[in-house]
Amino acid sequence: MPRSVKKGPYIDAKLEKRIKDLNASNQKKIIKTWARACTISPEFVGHTIAVHNGNKMIPVYISENMVGHKLGEFSPTRIFRGHPGTKAEKATRVR
Amino acid sequence: MARIAGIDLPKQKKVYIGLTYIYGIGQHTAVEILKKANIDADKKIADLTEEEVAAIRSVMTSEYKVEGALRSEVQQNIKRLMDIGAYRGLRHRRGLPARGQRTKTNARTRKGKRRTVAGKKKTPGLK
Repeated sequence: MPRSVKKGPYIDAKLEKRIKDLNASNQKKIIKTWARACTISPEFVGHTIAVHNGNKMIPVYISENMVGHKLGEFSPTRIFRGHPGTKAEKATRVR
Repeated sequence: MARIAGIDLPKQKKVYIGLTYIYGIGQHTAVEILKKANIDADKKIADLTEEEVAAIRSVMTSEYKVEGALRSEVQQNIKRLMDIGAYRGLRHRRGLPARGQRTKTNARTRKGKRRTVAGKKKTPGLK
C-alpha cells in the first residue's frame, strides 16, 4: 500500500536541514546518512549523498531523474557474486 | 473489416471484446471508449458502420496511448530505472523479478526456462 498522500513524502528532517544549509551557502559536500527510507526531493539534485548499505557508505550522485525515489534504492545491500561451487566463483570469493 | 491502430479486429466478436486485441486496451477501457463514442458495446464488429469505426478511432487517438506509443513508453520507463542505477533497474538488467518476489523457487516468468546446474544437490520435495 502506498503512503498516505495527506502526510506527504517522507523526508528525513536532519538530512533535509543539512541539504538546505548547503544550498544556502552554495556548497557541495558529501553528506553521510543512514536514512535509506528518505524520499529524494528536488532540493537534493546535484548533491552527492553517502548512503549506508548496512556495511559501508555508498556515494550516490543525485540526478534529476532520481527525484521521487528513495535513497536506499541506490545503495544495494546485497552483492551477488555468483552461486557457490562454480569455479570462476571460488577465485573471486577469496577476496 | 475494421482496422484500428494497425490491428485487424476479429469480425465475429462483440466490439468491447474485439477492442481488447489492441495492446493497451482491456475490457474496462474498451467499454469506456464505446461509451464516449456512443456505440452499443454488444454490437458485433462486422456490423459496425464506417462512421462508427471512425468515431472509435478518434476517441482512441485523442485520449488513449496504445500499441507502439505505449510499448515505447514502458521501455523508456524501464530504461530510466536502469540508467539511474535504482534497485529495480538492476533487477531488470539481470532479468529477475523487480518487486521483491522470491527467487529461490519459482520466478520462472522472468528467469525463463530452467537451466540445470551440474553438481547441484536435489532438494527433497522439489523437482
